Amino acid sequence: MANLVALSPCEGLLPQTIGAVTIAEIDPGPVTAILPFKGQDKAVGEALKSALGLGFPAPGRSQSKGGARAIWVGKGEALLMGAACPDLAGAACVDQSDAWCVVEIVGDRAEDVLARLVPLDLRASQFKRGHTARTLLGRMTASATRSGAKAFEIMVFRSMAETLVEELTRAAGAVAARG
Amino acid sequence: MRIPCPICGTRDRREFTYQGAAELLRRPAPDAGDAAWDDYLHNRDNPCGEARDLWFHEAGCGAWLVVERDTATHEVMGAELAEKVAS
Ligand SMILES: [Zn+2]
Repeated sequence: MANLVALSPCEGLLPQTIGAVTIAEIDPGPVTAILPFKGQDKAVGEALKSALGLGFPAPGRSQSKGGARAIWVGKGEALLMGAACPDLAGAACVDQSDAWCVVEIVGDRAEDVLARLVPLDLRASQFKRGHTARTLLGRMTASATRSGAKAFEIMVFRSMAETLVEELTRAAGAVAARG
Repeated sequence: MRIPCPICGTRDRREFTYQGAAELLRRPAPDAGDAAWDDYLHNRDNPCGEARDLWFHEAGCGAWLVVERDTATHEVMGAELAEKVAS
């Protein structure tokens, strides 16, 4: 019988430290897309709350409780990460585990690196902890979430993992070169 | 150019895809007749000035918007969700 070995999307590519930033891959655990049916937003939020202690996130926001996280990723859609999806009668729930590449960029110049790639003001005064956005990173659609004072989590579809690493490392190199 | 998405806030034009005149939301009844359907499918104004267009927030929330803008000055006056305009 074949012996299958699971490979993460950025296997062999990360972590890398360039100048004042470190780029590392994150294992998000199980990932489920949750899309409430029409008029079911409230019921789905309450069901999530009673099962996991977190609600359905508002646009541009993320929530976390214990190891579970809910990240808004579009109109009427959130990703539940790090926890098995509870039974939600009022929503379409799609298993997207292994479909996303999740990377964290941490360091003093993380904002400067992302400023070269993302057409959005990610400074702490505008984009606070718990804020998230669907936007572009280079030419890719991406999800960006502030995960700390000097840290961001970036998600792209798994097929774009190599491009994401290339974009981030090239931008980090350019920021480091300028000093 | 920046577009004020009602869901995401003001965003760079790169995040959006242009579709065409918001006339597309005014779909005639199936039995409206050839003239109405010909008009709906093929005939558009070409305004120099205020225009109402459909834009897709493709790299953002995924919503369709009706954006009011001025084709002569490139000023964007506002945007609303297409589902609200159409319903
Ligand atoms: Zn939007």
